Amino acid sequence: MSIEVKAVTKSFGDFVALDGVDLTVAEGRLTALLGPSGGGKSTLLRIIGGLDEADEGVVFLGGDDVTAVPARRRNVGFVFQHYAAFRHLTVRRNVAFGLEIRKLPKPEVRRRVDELLDLVHLGPFADRLPAQLSGGQRQRMALARALAVRPRVLLLDEPFGALDTAVRRELRDWLRRLHDEVGVTTLLVTHDQEEALEAADEVVIINNGRVEQAGSPQQVYDRPANEFVMGFLGPVTTLGGRVVRPHDIEVHRDHRDGAVAGRVLRLDRLGFEFRVHVQAGGEQPWVQLAPREVHALELRPGEEVYLLHRT
Amino acid sequence: MRAVAVGYVAALVIVPVAMVVWRSAQAGVGAFWQAISSEQAVAAFRLTAIVAGSAVAINVVFGVGVALLLARYRFPGRRLLAVLVDAPISVSPIVVGLALVLAYGPREGWLGAPLHRAGIELIYATPGMIAATAFVTLPLVLREIVPVLEAEGLDSDHAARALGASAAQRFWRITLPTVRSALAYGIVLSLARAIGEFGAVKVVSGNVSGVGQTQTATLLVDERIEQLEPGGYQMSLVLIAVAVLTIVIVSALQSGREDGR
Repeated sequence: MSIEVKAVTKSFGDFVALDGVDLTVAEGRLTALLGPSGGGKSTLLRIIGGLDEADEGVVFLGGDDVTAVPARRRNVGFVFQHYAAFRHLTVRRNVAFGLEIRKLPKPEVRRRVDELLDLVHLGPFADRLPAQLSGGQRQRMALARALAVRPRVLLLDEPFGALDTAVRRELRDWLRRLHDEVGVTTLLVTHDQEEALEAADEVVIINNGRVEQAGSPQQVYDRPANEFVMGFLGPVTTLGGRVVRPHDIEVHRDHRDGAVAGRVLRLDRLGFEFRVHVQAGGEQPWVQLAPREVHALELRPGEEVYLLHRT
Repeated sequence: MRAVAVGYVAALVIVPVAMVVWRSAQAGVGAFWQAISSEQAVAAFRLTAIVAGSAVAINVVFGVGVALLLARYRFPGRRLLAVLVDAPISVSPIVVGLALVLAYGPREGWLGAPLHRAGIELIYATPGMIAATAFVTLPLVLREIVPVLEAEGLDSDHAARALGASAAQRFWRITLPTVRSALAYGIVLSLARAIGEFGAVKVVSGNVSGVGQTQTATLLVDERIEQLEPGGYQMSLVLIAVAVLTIVIVSALQSGREDGR
């Protein structure tokens, strides 16, 4: 079901967490709420889930006004950064929790739980306690638990934030495939732009309690609405007084029209890329180049170069 | 170092306790049985059980309630409440007893006098003794649960909420099982402390001996020793046995809790 948020405002004391936020999430999509920590994205998610109350504004789920509906009657799936596992219950009982609350007949609970444990590849771990699972497994359990009740929407609050990089990447790909399989409208809160750009259909950038921009990953990356969005989504540097991406700068050894002349300050190697720092007039832009480009251009500190912004 | 430690514990604990055991044994099994099965002794044990059991039951209910309040909510006066619930640790039990008499005593008690006129007795009766014991053991349950609740946070409660659980369902299915071992530990500690309580209970009880009166086991031990009557050491031995049992249960629970982590 679709999610719609209109003019939501929320303050904690003097701190304005959300300042008149509007948001529309189309049915069946995976949308990322992206922004720096403290920008208000988690608060917005909690308001949609009913775990926090907005000071002003309304929330619609599937067209129904749920602003006054308590969390336990909204039928949303919520997944937390630190898993929120029920530590005294086995994996199976964790997943069954919402179904038991709804007093479904036992055979049906059993069938549904088995189905979900298969879906998240935790079948062999059904009788373990959460403490006996890895972080990634716990989060998959939390996802199965949230999906078990057939929620109207799935809300994920930094779900991979507590995991290490490799597991994070793996779970992100898996979440994307799971979403394509299950098709439930999903809202993913993250501060990791790579996660948002890779996994989501739609990205909403939130900062200082306001929506900065919303659009597809390509749109927001290629046509950022402002310098904040540009800087948040990827690396930036300044060339000729403009904020540009370091991989959008061409480096030449001879003069070209519109190029800025400069001298190489130093070369930093970071894995498969070079960062070439240049002194160009009063600016010190840096350019991202592949090792073979650096070798082909025979770049060394002190060499003269011409920088051209590729458009 | 080890010799000093062993010597210290021996001088402080082992020798005195051994003396009690020895004095009881000296009098023989017959005297032991007579001392602990007399009408007076049985009445005292029964009263101790009633007072300790009620006080602990009250503290479990209020301990869990106040612990939830302290761990989960931020409100004006929260810090004051947190300090107040620790007060019984630092206040002498005698002072606790006196304070209760002042407030609830039948003649001059601020609240006690009106209640006395209405025919309700608190002091020099079982309710006063339960109140005194509950006051003294108040922090024990509470202090065990609060850290567990704080470490657990609100996430699992919120998860249960999103899954459709009502407040009561969340309490019974999630919160209580989470604090279960800490609660059990607190209950055992409180019971041990409640059974051994002497000072506060002595002040509020009036210490009237006999069946249906206000003499607990510790008060009877005191009376028998003071009056040079036989049976004091035998009563003490029973209380020591209860204490040892408590230590065993507590250490079993403790190792269980460590395994659970």
